[in-house]
Amino acid sequence: MEIFGEILQVGFFAAVLRIATPLILATLGEMFTERGGVLNLGIEGIMLLAAMTGFTAAYFSGSLWLGILAAMLTGALAGLLMGVLTVTLGLSQHVSGIGTTLLCTGLAFFFYRLIFGQPSLPPNIEAFKTVPLPLLSAIPILGPILFNQFALVYGALLLVPLAALVLYDTPWGLNLRAVGENPRAADAAGVSVSRVRYQGLMLSGMLMGAGGAFLSMAQFNAFTFGVISGRGWVCIALVVFGQWSPWKCLGGALLFGFVDALQLRLQASGVIDIPYQLFLMLPFVLTIVLMALVSRSARPPAALLQPFRKEER
Amino acid sequence: MIRPRLETRETTPTWLRLALPLFAIAATLLICAGLVALAGADVLTAYRHLLLSAVSSRFDFVETLVKATPIAFTGLAVAVAFRAKFWNIGAEGQLLAGAMAAAFIGGRAGLPAWSLVPLMLAGGMAAGAAWALLPAMLKTRYKVDDVVTTLLLNFIMFYLMMALVDGPWKDPLSGYPDSPDIRMEAEFPILLAGTRLHLGVLLALLAAPLSWFLMSRTTLGFNIRAVGENPKAARYAGIKIPMVITATAAVSGALAGLAGVSEVGGIHFQVMAGLSPGYGYTGIVIATLALLHPLGVLPASFFFAVIITGAEAMSRATGVPVFLADVFQGVALICMLIAILFTRYRIRIQRFEAR
Repeated sequence: MEIFGEILQVGFFAAVLRIATPLILATLGEMFTERGGVLNLGIEGIMLLAAMTGFTAAYFSGSLWLGILAAMLTGALAGLLMGVLTVTLGLSQHVSGIGTTLLCTGLAFFFYRLIFGQPSLPPNIEAFKTVPLPLLSAIPILGPILFNQFALVYGALLLVPLAALVLYDTPWGLNLRAVGENPRAADAAGVSVSRVRYQGLMLSGMLMGAGGAFLSMAQFNAFTFGVISGRGWVCIALVVFGQWSPWKCLGGALLFGFVDALQLRLQASGVIDIPYQLFLMLPFVLTIVLMALVSRSARPPAALLQPFRKEER
Repeated sequence: MIRPRLETRETTPTWLRLALPLFAIAATLLICAGLVALAGADVLTAYRHLLLSAVSSRFDFVETLVKATPIAFTGLAVAVAFRAKFWNIGAEGQLLAGAMAAAFIGGRAGLPAWSLVPLMLAGGMAAGAAWALLPAMLKTRYKVDDVVTTLLLNFIMFYLMMALVDGPWKDPLSGYPDSPDIRMEAEFPILLAGTRLHLGVLLALLAAPLSWFLMSRTTLGFNIRAVGENPKAARYAGIKIPMVITATAAVSGALAGLAGVSEVGGIHFQVMAGLSPGYGYTGIVIATLALLHPLGVLPASFFFAVIITGAEAMSRATGVPVFLADVFQGVALICMLIAILFTRYRIRIQRFEAR
């Protein structure tokens, strides 16, 4: 199979990292909120809406970083909405999340059409460019893969140890894990369960927003309705696969990025003559297979999906 | 001191169950009016188009019934599944599975003409059920979260369909990625001459009371509700939960499959990319507004058909983006979720003596 020799080049591994970046960001976001006991199924819609608001802000301001900021703000607001529904009102996390996704998806389509109309060519921006790191990018093999990337790729990679640090070694991380495992005990210890859960949700929204914006502002240079196409749902699976741990979540995102990059190259090479849609299907099939392998031994946060009401026992 | 307090209710009066969806819809209309105004349109004019254009003539009314049919089926599919807390977000994929089965069977040359429609219905139900059994099996055997698998399977089924219509099924005449038309004899009979009122509409009207009967008058229905309400108690009562989940998935998937059969047999006569603009997800909104009651699915699906058709007319007349219909669905789902709180709680205003 010399085709694999041709594919597995430096450029390929750089692509793996690029494809994995939005997944790393959103998966870490989902991991944070789930660690606090709240499933955020708004992820798919939040990523889409943030991809739209980020792109639009960058389009009109000319500043890409302002776009990222707008996207993260969008995500935080959506997280706030999820907080009102699931934390304050204690509604079903499943249906609230689906509702948030439907709402955000609708808003993304609505405002994109309202702002840009239906031009024959979709409006685009000068997207993020790769930032080669001095000296490091000159290292053979590793340099072009790791150190000649978008700033957001570096950011996502640095976020993994940072997330581990926050989760395991800060008081806030301890509180978050406490409200996700045993909210009653956390409450008795004086932790405000609802405040920490709100914070987790808003943090998750910001990271999902950054992930969505990466797609419309770095990976591509325009917003399209299908820009997320299931990536958010994949992140939900990656959190399970990553067993709610930042490093394992990174592993899952990289594995998905590897398979996605591989199918893209195989598609382009034309060596395997099957309809290209079957290639597109591959990462989703893999995700389900991975879920089947790990779910039996998965141990989600004990209070996941359970609303907490102070006065009830 | 006066302070409102939430108090748990023992029972929910029927009038409240009927009034809550209306409150939710009123709140949704109010919230979406903000978006309409933001789009620079006169709210009353826009809403007249949104709410009335789909029912303003006999023809429009029938067309709305036709539009309501697939979302009635997916609404029933979700209503059944959610009762068991089997989170079937996969009605979209199961619909496509049913549609593909119908397109395959309806195009077979060797089959006798009379057998086509019954075989399409049976095949579509079987395909939808099979596509729902996969996540049910993964849930009961391997503890895989049903939300994730049903969602991912939607994408897998969509790509599978596109691979077929772009490959072996590609219509050699049109050259477009859509399947060849089914045989003339496989097309659903029209119930009202000069309209598109087809057999599928009647089947949806029958499926709702049948689903109601299943859920409220049979042992399976009782078990489904028991598993959904309290799985622990259900297990103590000797109910085999994996069996019930599997049966729920099969019924739910078969209903969603019928949505696909009905669209192929009654409307499109083929499968193609735009076959379902998210009917599976709309089913979740409909089922929630119906409080998961199969009979409530009928008015709810008719209402959303009005909104979906009306949004197009509104967009043509006032320039408000047609995607208001999508926002509407999300807002309605959230409003209804909040409204459902009042089936379990009531607000009591209490006076406290200041101490």
